[in-house]
Amino acid sequence: MSDAVSALQGKVAPGEVTIREAGLQGMIILRGDLADKKLRTVCTGLSGVGFPAQGQANSEGKTGLCWMSPDEILVLVPYEEVAQAIASIDKALTGTHYLAENVSDARAVLIVEGAFCREVIAKLAPVDLHPDTFKPGDFRRTRLGQVAAAFWMRDEDTFEVICFRSVAEYTFNLLAASAKAGAVGHFAS
Amino acid sequence: MLTLHCPYCGVDADETDLHGGGEAHLKREGPGSTDDDFEDYLFMRENPKGVHFERWRHAYGCGKWFLAARCTNTLQVFGTYPAQTPEPPQEIRDKISAARPGWSWGNLK
Repeated sequence: MSDAVSALQGKVAPGEVTIREAGLQGMIILRGDLADKKLRTVCTGLSGVGFPAQGQANSEGKTGLCWMSPDEILVLVPYEEVAQAIASIDKALTGTHYLAENVSDARAVLIVEGAFCREVIAKLAPVDLHPDTFKPGDFRRTRLGQVAAAFWMRDEDTFEVICFRSVAEYTFNLLAASAKAGAVGHFAS
Repeated sequence: MLTLHCPYCGVDADETDLHGGGEAHLKREGPGSTDDDFEDYLFMRENPKGVHFERWRHAYGCGKWFLAARCTNTLQVFGTYPAQTPEPPQEIRDKISAARPGWSWGNLK
């Protein structure tokens, strides 16, 4: 089998806020009834984190769960474990109405790290990113510049951004330019 | 700039996150309907200066369709509600009546 490579192969734009491509990340789109007990159990079992509420993401290292829509959840697992994870979802949900699909190679994960990372994103997305409104754990699907993206805060100084693989370079350059332009000081207390 | 509350995500989505889908609460006229009814269903639309009911899709977000009541004149938003609602909820109608007494829209008052 050919060697899997991520979209930008770990490209880094260092600076006060560093933009970094996260490398290979296993991502599974799971659509179904999010209230279903079997679905929730298999998700929390695979990721080792609690099931997120509406508009939330729980993540730890390379695993996590992100709330995408009322009937869709994104399961994050290490890249090598995706096939196994889908097999266990299939096993747990047999007979119910669901869809589990490996989208690891269709997406890219970028990490925005640094003191004013909040502003780097705020300049590009039509989202209220004030510290009182958008907190670590909050998850939002929206757009960055001209492309669709989703992001959440891992902690106060770190954003994780997911975009389509085909626009990974655009998104990377966009974030890097936003970081290079510096802080606006809008959220400074 | 229009900001609508997505009833599915619970977020306030900016106009650029959304995609407009035309008039809400259309009744489909299928096979067996008269030519006049079918023509009305296909072509005849409300075009008010004032209270309007519209379909919107949270295109960059959850991807779900929802309905919104707003004023086309002032862009005041009276409320949004799920697409599976056959007619505007009473709560929204009350809000419109408070802001625009005597309003009407199609067959609605």
